Amino acid sequence: MFAIEANGQKIEAKKGETILQTLTRAGINVPTICHMEGLLPSGTCRMCVVEVEGFGGLVPSCSHPVAEGMKIRTNTPEVMQTRKTIIDLLLSNHPDDCLYCARNGNCDLAKLAADNGVRDRTFHGERTHRPKDISSPAIIRDPDKCILCGKCVRMCEEIQGVSAIDFVNRGSKAYVGTAFNEGLNVSSCISCGQCILVCPTAALSEHKYIDEVLQALADPEMMVVVQHAPAVSVSIAEEFGFKPGTDFDGKMVAALRRVGFDRVFDTSFAADLTIMEEGSELVHRVQNNGPLPMFTSCSPGWVKFVEQFYPEFLPNVSTCKSPQQMMGAVIKSFFAEKENLDPKKIVSVSIMPCTAKKFECGRPEMGRDFVPDVDFVLTTRELAELFRITGVNPAAIEPEPPDNPFGERSSAGKLFGASGGVMEAAIRSAYFLLTGEELKEYKIQDLRGMKGSKELRVKIGDLEVGAAVVSSLGQARKLMDEIKAGRSDIHFIEVMTCPGGCINGGGQPIGADQEAIKARMNALYQIDRDDRLRVSHKNEWVQRLYTEFLGKPLGHKSHELLHTHYEKREVLL
Amino acid sequence: MPTVKSVETILKEHPNAGRDHLIPILQEVQESEGFLSQESITKVGRALNLPSSKIFGVATFFNMFRFQPKGKYHVMVCRGTACHVKGSGKSLDMVTKTLKIQPGETSRDKLFSLEIVACMGACGLAPVVNINGQFYAKISPMKLQRIIEECREKEQTHANA
Ligand code: SF4
Ligand code: SF4
Ligand code: SF4
Ligand code: FES
Ligand code: FES
Repeated sequence: MFAIEANGQKIEAKKGETILQTLTRAGINVPTICHMEGLLPSGTCRMCVVEVEGFGGLVPSCSHPVAEGMKIRTNTPEVMQTRKTIIDLLLSNHPDDCLYCARNGNCDLAKLAADNGVRDRTFHGERTHRPKDISSPAIIRDPDKCILCGKCVRMCEEIQGVSAIDFVNRGSKAYVGTAFNEGLNVSSCISCGQCILVCPTAALSEHKYIDEVLQALADPEMMVVVQHAPAVSVSIAEEFGFKPGTDFDGKMVAALRRVGFDRVFDTSFAADLTIMEEGSELVHRVQNNGPLPMFTSCSPGWVKFVEQFYPEFLPNVSTCKSPQQMMGAVIKSFFAEKENLDPKKIVSVSIMPCTAKKFECGRPEMGRDFVPDVDFVLTTRELAELFRITGVNPAAIEPEPPDNPFGERSSAGKLFGASGGVMEAAIRSAYFLLTGEELKEYKIQDLRGMKGSKELRVKIGDLEVGAAVVSSLGQARKLMDEIKAGRSDIHFIEVMTCPGGCINGGGQPIGADQEAIKARMNALYQIDRDDRLRVSHKNEWVQRLYTEFLGKPLGHKSHELLHTHYEKREVLL
Repeated sequence: MPTVKSVETILKEHPNAGRDHLIPILQEVQESEGFLSQESITKVGRALNLPSSKIFGVATFFNMFRFQPKGKYHVMVCRGTACHVKGSGKSLDMVTKTLKIQPGETSRDKLFSLEIVACMGACGLAPVVNINGQFYAKISPMKLQRIIEECREKEQTHANA
């Protein structure tokens, strides 16, 4: 620790940190655009410049290390004018489209302009125009709104290891695009939506299906049912001004009813079901010599990633459908039968923290007789929009429980929303299935938290299982390459596409920092701590589903409805 | 005519190639195949362990690469200093408008392709255009338009004959 001076005040700085970090800690705001938490600075936008005594020009604070005795000024006329000019220049090639924009209300660029006193268009020139890319069922790209900050490119490459997009051309003609300018749908994009979360504008957004859902709700012929994923209830409240980590579970269920859904189901029920199937599959693989290690299959971005980049590992991916798709399948079979309904008369909507789920529900194998298991996927953000459009305020409603037969869940199922949660739930149940006893301590600390890679060896009876948990596909890549190189001490691997898991999914509220994501994660842990039902195998309604309909895990019906297959996928890698 | 080497041969001639070999390899591929096809870029990507989006990005950074096969008439407009000063930009605008293609592109009927080049060493004749190896001196938008129409007519009579 040493002292520096900022705007005439003494503040504390730590060795090795950047000027920006020091200033932020001291409560001095410096605007940034290209800066990304946790990644090396790229220093391209220069929005973060400050004045440092003794330095010739202005200094980009995001990349410049702080040094003892520095005298920094962040709000001299020159600094403020520079910021304004940078914004002016960005806006000179930006459409005046805020009123109709996907980011109306939460746009970083609009906020920068407002916060820095930009009140006029300074430059009037011709703007470049490039067509929108709407080819992907999950992600929309609108190059006209792009300010070339490069964050999406870095996210896609450095965190996700996908590199579906990059800068094309140079100078004033530069834009962010796909290889050969093909649509995202034939690129290597795995629809994770992490690029949307870092984009300061509406250049990246999700493919919305709100109108389709409203149409279904207005159709008296249709029974419209909805399921909501574990990570949605702990993030939706942020869209209504509540602090991250607020749980809106019951309120959200009640609000969904007010919107007009005929049944509200909990995807965590299907997570419990997944544990029964996937746990049995793991035991089966262990007893029948593999293929091992087995990878989880609940994260559709990850599944597409393997199909494209590591097809040789496809036999290692669990054949279980994801919880969303399992739920969809039992809605259009068991539930339809029970209600005496033609599956074609059911519209199955799912609320997900995820954009890749939009891609997943459209996979041809995710349905039967041309009836998809899940018809429309809305993100957490779209759900908030749906609530606003229909005038339903979840904050003001009394909580209500979800509907049976798919409403009961264990808190283990709820943990699916955080990286490590599937593994924790699986170990709890595997322990019981193999030993007939319950774990003494359900909480498995080693599998918790935001770390991108976690490992654990557990003894279950006389079986020693090597478990690994990774989140983000960059982390997955590292592990895959270790396994390719011969590593063989791991049996079961949980992979989540998004860093930290679904709580940080590409469909979650925009603008969450690491602290907010941790708060969402802790909310799930809190739910688990206080719950009376903490293991999937004790979910009575899951057991009923087996007795009344499915038979047993990995049985004939399960195979038909709850399992799937994968194929090598040809895309532009 | 340059010799036609397959992408595989070119890659073999660059054993253990890393990122810094990308540009020379792409140049050789273009020299041999006339342009960079999706197929070739993907092959280069696999060999160098680079995503095709990255290669496309790098390749579009330079003016010299094209991603469509050349047309029957390959129009090279000089944008060197002398030609620029004498107004080659206006002729270029004319070509992009009449042929509806940008530099680096090829017209739909595959008849014309367009390329911008640096000084062709004929500054005395500026502004200069070169079509399939033949130089046209002191061109103006009008003159160039006539030349292009002549090429078109030639094709018409060919087709009719
Ligand atoms: S991206 Fe932001 S600044 Fe641009 S039109 Fe949309 S709201 Fe306005
Ligand atoms: S959705 Fe994911 S994979 Fe696709 S471009 Fe964005 S970051 Fe890359
Ligand atoms: S699309 Fe968004 S994140 Fe990507 S460069 Fe453009 S503005 Fe930045
Ligand atoms: S935020 Fe520092 S250069 Fe962009
Ligand atoms: S500048 Fe055109 S030939 Fe030299």
